[in-house]
Amino acid sequence: MASKPRVKVPKTASAGEVITIKTLISHNMESGQRKDKEGNLIPRKIINKFTAEFNGQPVFSADMHGAVSANPYMEFTAKVQESGTFKFAWVDDDGSVYEADANIEVS
Amino acid sequence: MAAAAAVALFAYSGSANAEPVDEKLVIDGEIEMITKTAAPEGHPLDEVLSGWLFRTKETRALEADSFQNPGLLGVEQGEAIWNTVEGSEGKSCASCHGDAAESMKDVGANYPKWDASANRPINIELQINKCREERMGAEAYKFDKGGQKPLTAYIKHQSLGTPVKLDLSQGGLQEWWEKGKELYYTRTGQLNLSCASCHEANSGKYIRADHLSQGQANGFPTYRLKQGKLISIHNRFRGCIRDTRAEYPAAFSDELMALEVYVTWRGTGLSVETPAVRQ
Repeated sequence: MASKPRVKVPKTASAGEVITIKTLISHNMESGQRKDKEGNLIPRKIINKFTAEFNGQPVFSADMHGAVSANPYMEFTAKVQESGTFKFAWVDDDGSVYEADANIEVS
Repeated sequence: MAAAAAVALFAYSGSANAEPVDEKLVIDGEIEMITKTAAPEGHPLDEVLSGWLFRTKETRALEADSFQNPGLLGVEQGEAIWNTVEGSEGKSCASCHGDAAESMKDVGANYPKWDASANRPINIELQINKCREERMGAEAYKFDKGGQKPLTAYIKHQSLGTPVKLDLSQGGLQEWWEKGKELYYTRTGQLNLSCASCHEANSGKYIRADHLSQGQANGFPTYRLKQGKLISIHNRFRGCIRDTRAEYPAAFSDELMALEVYVTWRGTGLSVETPAVRQ
């Protein structure tokens, strides 16, 4: 149960510049440690992997585990040499993949 | 004698050192927020302070960056609801009100308002329900259910930065203010605490590992890290009252509406921060 992810990538940059990328996704990140009212374990359901690609090349990825809070926020930097597209993907425990992309103009 | 003085000095610096911080909240480096201002006439305190000033550096940073603020996820959801047609009349909020950035600008800073037809004060949540029932032919949202919280957050977010100001001369609002004030100072529950016991007499001090704020209402619905979601003002009222080990009134009941009028007035002059981030 995740809504459309939010990503923030600068629209323009100069070649070789280090840019900051921010991403945020709405997700419960159910840890698998909690119990419901009847005392049954609530099954784990988290986003276990996050990846970022630039023009098909991987730039950043992260594996996530049970202790990550709800609505995970990721911020990282990347050096850009050419114009192109960032593609982001969040992989859920149930196999669904949430995707977003953003373009950057490099001069 | 000297020892006693030293102990007293230590206790004083211990309670007054950390919070509230003396800092400015500027959202995205653009929108300057009023987090500290002179209290309105008749206020028991000299200065009213936003709860933001009482939070940790990390929590404060979350609110200062509209991208990091997870409450904005709720606001985006609210925007989608604003444009969604529902009910028998085939209308969405946007059908009547158009672009919320214009039609709802600063509106949230002046609620609760007096509702002449119901002869009682009305907050944003109840105004939404009124529109849904009377104009859209849709069912009213139940408390904290459906789109109530995100839509309220979206509407109030259009007033981001605008100082809170209530017009108490409307209808019988002044009487409700009096009633709310009485409730604010009434001790309740097994712990025998009133709102004022914590938020007026002891603000800035620790309650377990958390700092007590002045309990202002200008940031609601607020994103609480504890629950990881948006929390409505009536939910927070009920949480506080529950913590005094008292029975708590129903949401939108006369008691809580009166309290909302009074508590909102106590924050007169503070910027609307919706969605604020608190712990």
